[in-house]
Amino acid sequence: MRHLLLRLGYALALPAVLVAVWWLASDDSTDVYRPPLRTILETFPDVWTGDRLRSDVLPSVLRLTGGYALAAVAGIAVGTVIGSHRRVRAVCEPVLEFLRAVPPPVLVPVIMLFAGIGDTMKIVVIATGCVWPVLLNTVEGVRAVDPVMAETARSYGITGVARLRHLVLRSASPQIFAGLRQALSVGIILMVISEMFAASNGLGFTIVQFQRGFAIPDMWTGILVLGLLGFFLSVLFQLLERRVLGWYHGRRASTRRSP
Amino acid sequence: MLDVRGLRKVYEGSGRRVEAVRDLTFTVGAGELVCLVGPSGCGKTTLLRCMGGLLTPTGGEVLLEGRKVTGPPPGTAFVFQEYGRSLFPWMRVAENVELPLKQKGLGKARRRELVTDALESVGLADAAGAYPWQLSGGMQQRVAIARALAYEPRVLLMDEPFAAVDAQTRADLEDLVRGLWRERGMTILFVTHDIDEAVYLGERVIVLSGSPTVVREQLTVDLPAERDQLHTRVAPRFAELRTHVYEQIQAAKRGIAPQDTPETQDALAKADAPPKRDALVKADVPGDPDVRTDPPPSR
Repeated sequence: MRHLLLRLGYALALPAVLVAVWWLASDDSTDVYRPPLRTILETFPDVWTGDRLRSDVLPSVLRLTGGYALAAVAGIAVGTVIGSHRRVRAVCEPVLEFLRAVPPPVLVPVIMLFAGIGDTMKIVVIATGCVWPVLLNTVEGVRAVDPVMAETARSYGITGVARLRHLVLRSASPQIFAGLRQALSVGIILMVISEMFAASNGLGFTIVQFQRGFAIPDMWTGILVLGLLGFFLSVLFQLLERRVLGWYHGRRASTRRSP
Repeated sequence: MLDVRGLRKVYEGSGRRVEAVRDLTFTVGAGELVCLVGPSGCGKTTLLRCMGGLLTPTGGEVLLEGRKVTGPPPGTAFVFQEYGRSLFPWMRVAENVELPLKQKGLGKARRRELVTDALESVGLADAAGAYPWQLSGGMQQRVAIARALAYEPRVLLMDEPFAAVDAQTRADLEDLVRGLWRERGMTILFVTHDIDEAVYLGERVIVLSGSPTVVREQLTVDLPAERDQLHTRVAPRFAELRTHVYEQIQAAKRGIAPQDTPETQDALAKADAPPKRDALVKADVPGDPDVRTDPPPSR
């Protein structure tokens, strides 16, 4: 219990200091573009009402979830195929490197041409950006399956789907999760950007609307909401990771103790 | 039970051609515990992997109960040297032992029974819920042995299983393997580079030459079946046998031409191979008439 409180204290100390500094530094600000934090926080409940959460935050989150899930499934599936076959890898690698090097926001105008300006476009944009870290990390993870474990599996007749499920994917999971984590931040960025281009709702759209309407404190609250959303998703991700990769962190800790 | 006939393995890669195993012929009878010993780098592991169906030989063949081995045969279990890399770290001990059984298609009750029994046999009933990396090296290798036992193999192939554990643990594990062998009556082929271990464990020791590998000698260990670390290792007969094997290995390392070319080996199988025997006495143990070289059991 004591330990938990201490950890909570460590975690909250810096955010508290930063908020205090912001508060004090902006308190007597008369600059329209930099309103006092007090004003921003006062505006917050007025702007982010239940209605607005439903009409703007929810669509954004749904698009993010759709695009991210699509990228995760496609990235892991294709990555596993590429990682398991040397020939396929040799053929695909240069193309993958090229595609990965294209900055995803550039794809928004292109994808708009094909997919219109609806939700499909946004989901496709998010998915095309998120898929690369997942895919490339999966390829590396699948390639790195320990040869002794692979031989063990073979000698005990663990082949096919069982091999994939119990050996390949589990062994690659630390790297897959590293890819998923990267993809999550890419996904949030693309969610906002795709909504800034052409949309009638969503977080990105709302923030741009506020800015154009000179509702500056409202704009700032939108940025806070984005930050909070990112934080919340990251915590969720960590909880999932701790469940799936408990063995990995435990093993690392135990080898660090006894070199 | 296990027939190795004219086995040859050549590795080809990036302009280098390595003949790991030249020509190996020997037989392991059902229920035998045979130790393979040879100088380091002599292709012991290659041989074992060919026998376990994990490697395809370049020439010759391996027969298990008369059937040619082309892939991992169902009745064979493997214990690897690298226990830390052979157990799946994302599974608990019991799950590691159970996985091959699931793959075999056994029912849940039967699986649980086998897992419990195997873990009890290696003295790890308490560790069923632990992760492998929470255990010491010796315990991890016990888990690997339990996994092999639960698989109910007719043949157990062990590839230097105790090379990476400390000496005291190794002694315990040796006794464990001998105990399990006597209890369960499976065929065990045990590869090691440790001469004492080979003589202590085996009913028969096959001495391999340096690379490219051939069988240098086959030796029956005529120690009593009841062996223990304290008494067996100081028995005069044990010393004689280990000295003899040691000298053979030293000679193999120096590259003194082994006498068992294929022709003499066939001769060895028929009669008691006088030419080889002479060479052996001359070169190595002049004062040791007790050392016998046995022909492999008739096929």
